[in-house]
Amino acid sequence: MSMTRQAEPAVTTPPAPGPGRQTDGRTSRRSPALRLLARPEVGVLLGALAVLVFFLVTAPPVRDGSSMANILYQSSTIGIMALPVALLMIGGEFDLSAGVAVITSALTASMLSYQLTMNIWVGVIVALAVSLGIGLFNGWLLVKTGLPSFLVTLGTFLILQGVNLAVTKLVTGNVATDDISDMEGFAQAKAIFASSFDIGGVNVKITVVWWLVFAALATWVLLRTKYGNWIFAVGGNKESARAVGVPVTFTKISLFMLVGFGAWFVGMHQLFSFNTVQSGEGVGQELIYIAAAVIGGCLLTGGAGSAIGPVFGAFMFGLVQQGIVYAGWNPDWFKAFLGVMLLGAVLINLWVQRTATRR
Amino acid sequence: MTPENTGTHGAVLTDPAAEPGAPVVELRGAGKSYGNIRALHGVDLKVFANQVTCVLGDNGAGKSTLIKIISGLHQHTEGEFLVDGGAVRFSTPREALDKGIATVYQDLAVVPLMPVWRNFFLGSELTKGPWPLRRLDIERMKQTADEELRNMGIVLDDLEQPIGTLSGGQRQCVAIARAVHFGARVLILDEPTAALGVKQSGVVLKYIAAARDRGLGVIFITHNPHHAYMVGDHFSVLRLGTMELNASRADVSLEELTNHMAGGTELAALKHELSQVRGVDVDELPEAGDLTAPVAPSEGKS
Repeated sequence: MSMTRQAEPAVTTPPAPGPGRQTDGRTSRRSPALRLLARPEVGVLLGALAVLVFFLVTAPPVRDGSSMANILYQSSTIGIMALPVALLMIGGEFDLSAGVAVITSALTASMLSYQLTMNIWVGVIVALAVSLGIGLFNGWLLVKTGLPSFLVTLGTFLILQGVNLAVTKLVTGNVATDDISDMEGFAQAKAIFASSFDIGGVNVKITVVWWLVFAALATWVLLRTKYGNWIFAVGGNKESARAVGVPVTFTKISLFMLVGFGAWFVGMHQLFSFNTVQSGEGVGQELIYIAAAVIGGCLLTGGAGSAIGPVFGAFMFGLVQQGIVYAGWNPDWFKAFLGVMLLGAVLINLWVQRTATRR
Repeated sequence: MTPENTGTHGAVLTDPAAEPGAPVVELRGAGKSYGNIRALHGVDLKVFANQVTCVLGDNGAGKSTLIKIISGLHQHTEGEFLVDGGAVRFSTPREALDKGIATVYQDLAVVPLMPVWRNFFLGSELTKGPWPLRRLDIERMKQTADEELRNMGIVLDDLEQPIGTLSGGQRQCVAIARAVHFGARVLILDEPTAALGVKQSGVVLKYIAAARDRGLGVIFITHNPHHAYMVGDHFSVLRLGTMELNASRADVSLEELTNHMAGGTELAALKHELSQVRGVDVDELPEAGDLTAPVAPSEGKS
């Protein structure tokens, strides 16, 4: 597979009809193994496996089933958000407000239900509307002004960060919301967002299931639907996409709203597993989501990536976060370790892809 | 009589023999201003089926503005724009596409990282299944793309390869085949040969002729008069936002076309001046009088 492509059009005389289709004949097939390696999500899978082996060797507690369930739970809370963030990234944008938007959503649901003593579902639904609204605002502002998403969402990030703290203090007189665990509808909502179940004696959190379901759904949408095609197109070349009739505005705005949906879901999970919300949290999480998507092989500039890659990316994060604890190291090393992981994964990814796509 | 004062207005030729029917697309005195900048003014253009209409012009002559109006990216601010005899005003490229006007852009015809077949159907994807499960009909799309490309004489080994890995000429050909497949009646080609080598340009010109023979009206934007003359039936030269020349193939020679394109009229005016300078050979430069011949007379206005 060394030689092959020349800068000449592959044009021949009109084709001979019949079963024996003629081919260009100048490209030899790369071996299936190499073509598989060229896929970004395979690179990150190998990376995640390497980290897993590392911790299995150095931290014996990781080998336990319940530790693995814990790692998967940690991964799922990152992974559920990393999915829409990855789709948005493939669509050519990113969202710095994703981290605090999670808290905004949880605060909205919690305070609204508590202060008005209504069924918890009212708060949950309103929080969904607020989250989608934030996404809509981000997307609309981006499309209308043509500003880079960095600026637009940095603005939203700061606004939400301030609003989270200020409004919470205003309403509750405290930096955290009140406990809502005795309110009507709480058990129901908890069953959906924050319950757990047993598999072979191992307690597995429901978010792991949601994470994998969403990942499967995102993969299907990305590769098998019109909308998925549009995501790749608006991220790969916005002007081309618009010129051939792809609804660029709709695609971009809806992607931001999808991130809003993810923020709502994770926010609800946090609310129903801890019963209260700390208003100052969420800052810095947006970078974790973006890092998971990038480690998962999504191109920061858009146009390429997958939904499966970020699943492995998020798994790597959860693994490192818990693995350090199980290995008995000082957890302060977590961020440093992550940085090394990020750079390492990106470099390995780059190297694997270059090697595998070389012609 | 200079080309400028006849070319700008009333330059539409009425040559019944060359007009096989009503024009599919017609501009009457159309123009476009961006704020206080008048990019295009008083342009008349008729595009017929089965004909290649070449629009020539130097950089900044208004070629891009002209095609943006026709393709629906921008709207004209003066004059009329008619499709099938009815006045139109497109607000999106989609509307132009629905009228059968497809544009193949010089550098933004495709999304480089996407596979060939996805590019081929981008924006007009084939689907199957009921709504919640409605999905891309990948098998049919690949097959159709392959057949359409083969019909145009393009054979690719692997439709899964990113279109960015194809050569410039191949990309143009895929874009042309795409437009033809989606029932374009008018095909606008924005400098399809500008970035190509000699051989690849020839290939693209072949497909322009192929598209014309399939009954399309082709608008071929270029600044290469040689390429234009090879396939063109009608030539319009833009200069500084106005129409300088509007002539049928029968009325203009390649030499005259080249002179117009190369700023021949200005060169002629400079000839006297240049002849004073030692070392400049002015013998081959045209006289101003040579250049007026192909320009349509004002009384020929329709």
